Amino acid sequence: MAITLTETAANRVEKFLANRGKGIGLRLGVKTTGCSGMAYTLEFVDDLNDEDTSFESHGVKIIVDPKSLVYIDGTELDFTKEGLNEGFKFNNPNVKDECGCGESFTV
Amino acid sequence: MALLQISEPGMSAAPHQHRLAVGIDLGTTNSLVATVRSGLSSVLPDEHGHTLLPSVVHYAADHMIEVGFDAQKKQNLDPHNTIVSAKRFMGRGLKDIDASELPYKFIEATGAPQTTMLQIETRAGVKSPVEISAEILKVLKARAETALGGELVGAVITVPAYFDDAQRQATKDAARLAGLNVLRLLNEPTAAAVAYGLDNASEGTYVIYDLGGGTFDISILKLTKGVFEVLATNGDSALGGDDFDQRIFCWILETAKLSPRNAKDTRLLLTKAREAKEWLTEHAEANISCMLSDGEFVDLTLSTNEFIALTCNLVQKTLSPIRKAMRDASLTIEDINGIVMVGGATRMPQIRKTVAEYFKQAPLTNLDPDKVVALGAAIQANILAGNKSDADLLLLDVIPLSLGLETFGGLAEKVIHRNSTLPVARAQEFTTYKDGQTAMSIHVVQGERELVSDCRSLARFELRGIPPMVAGAARIRVTFTVDADGLLSVSARETTSNIEANITVKPSYGLSEDEITNMLKASFNSAEADKKARMLTEARVDAGAIIEAVTAALTADAALISLKEKQAIEAEMQRLQAIASADNADAINQAVEALNHATEAFAAARMDASVKRALSGKELNSLDL
Repeated sequence: MAITLTETAANRVEKFLANRGKGIGLRLGVKTTGCSGMAYTLEFVDDLNDEDTSFESHGVKIIVDPKSLVYIDGTELDFTKEGLNEGFKFNNPNVKDECGCGESFTV
Repeated sequence: MALLQISEPGMSAAPHQHRLAVGIDLGTTNSLVATVRSGLSSVLPDEHGHTLLPSVVHYAADHMIEVGFDAQKKQNLDPHNTIVSAKRFMGRGLKDIDASELPYKFIEATGAPQTTMLQIETRAGVKSPVEISAEILKVLKARAETALGGELVGAVITVPAYFDDAQRQATKDAARLAGLNVLRLLNEPTAAAVAYGLDNASEGTYVIYDLGGGTFDISILKLTKGVFEVLATNGDSALGGDDFDQRIFCWILETAKLSPRNAKDTRLLLTKAREAKEWLTEHAEANISCMLSDGEFVDLTLSTNEFIALTCNLVQKTLSPIRKAMRDASLTIEDINGIVMVGGATRMPQIRKTVAEYFKQAPLTNLDPDKVVALGAAIQANILAGNKSDADLLLLDVIPLSLGLETFGGLAEKVIHRNSTLPVARAQEFTTYKDGQTAMSIHVVQGERELVSDCRSLARFELRGIPPMVAGAARIRVTFTVDADGLLSVSARETTSNIEANITVKPSYGLSEDEITNMLKASFNSAEADKKARMLTEARVDAGAIIEAVTAALTADAALISLKEKQAIEAEMQRLQAIASADNADAINQAVEALNHATEAFAAARMDASVKRALSGKELNSLDL
């Protein structure tokens, strides 16, 4: 399994990284807060940790820590527009249920 | 499903706790709202894709309030109830503006002199510029909340660098009325500099050239250690992109030999003129063709060279404020590290060329000049909302004039010096001047001069209930606090008894940029005279204190010295009193010294007597030696 980006998402991430002027990739993760168990996190990466796993998709480096990987392995990250809002969306095959707003989920 | 944005390392927000913050450019002609998403600042469009919101508010007959393009369309149909450029009236009284050319029914508000902001009578009742601006902010707030999918924690709103405190306060009030939490008011030129990332440099001096629809502003900023200081501002409040349209419009009338037109044709031709101006930014010639209401057909071609010739004096007109600002800041062309172009009109190639020639370097133009202020405000809002690590936090504004208080003899004691960065808090200790003094009047002043009478009075308040003590024993700690928006509060506390009094003042309320400049100049020109005046006053205060002390001592203990000694002391005292009223500080100091000398024996005798009094009737071993 692996973590992948859609082409749109990869283009966006590249643009954001270039604008930021530093950073080696994108960190995907989960943390155990939120109204339905787990919540996604999405951060720029400046430093790698020893235990991190790296993937590459459309030329963008994706970094995941081992604890998070078990919850999001197989995820495809997409970038979409919904009305006036725009942002990233996790298509995570591990999810059993998510809260109404989709910011947190359970596996 | 919620859409996520990329955060800085370690700054991911918990679900439903995104700190959404926006930057708002509340402009005279147009307003915009921007935000930072995934580290990138971008302007938020409305549902039709428009990023600009015309700063126009229309109070319609059916109690509806229209803002933006819809309101702009009503401008000619319902001029009394369609308010444009409300920003020009913010924090102003009727006497500050020229109301004769405007279609509004102005009303002078009643109240204290400081609160008499003008008001406009509309169909929906009497409206203040604050309420009108709030309508614009409400629309931008709603747009941002729809686009970001959540409630805003706050906004950074930009104001011109020359806005005084009344205008800044009015802007803040408008935001509060619109339900926005103002994180910070930011100077427009500073925001533009931030958008270009100039704040990342260690230091530099930058010129911000802002040619908007109807106003021209020039600001010179100096960056040192993350702080932007405004060195000088200048401009022309009646020069903007609209004047370029007007020139083309006149050229059309002349070239096509048209008689003066009705309002509808004028509007049509002005629109065509604007389109031609915009077209010429990237093309060598523009075609102007339209059918007028009387069936006459206009078909003209305007070349870039003709356009440049038509408008060259307008372009030149922007150079004179630049020269003045450079002179005020005592800078030469070589001192300037960069020029930032702001405002849609700076897209015109002849303007960029003229500016580049004047400063001998190409101006920064890679960001959209219409959006650059809002983009910078959004970056600042993102930092202030706590979405970036503290290392990126920068303080941006400084105090334009020193703040202090009146001390004995009418001297101004500065507590916070000019160009201190905001927010700031400083405390200073003062004491009582007379024995048994139980109250102290605190007079807060602003200015660079040494004498209170030459500074601007901001507020007075009293600290009462100081326990009676000998002069100089009370410890009164006066604290000046200026928050990030420039609002001052002063508190005074007697530290032995914890008696406290405080007051909130608005510094530079109603002080215009000119007044600030004049006050600064006066302080430089009269530095020497001020110093003399200060020394004289200090000498007089010393003289008064010693006379008071000696008089009290003579009343109490005259018996300790001979009549001859007493007469000698009294003679010196009279001499000092006479000299103190003259204007010679050195002579006063000498006379004080002479009186000190004359009272040495008396002081020694008093010391002896008081030691004897303390010891009499006490066993030696009961003394705590």
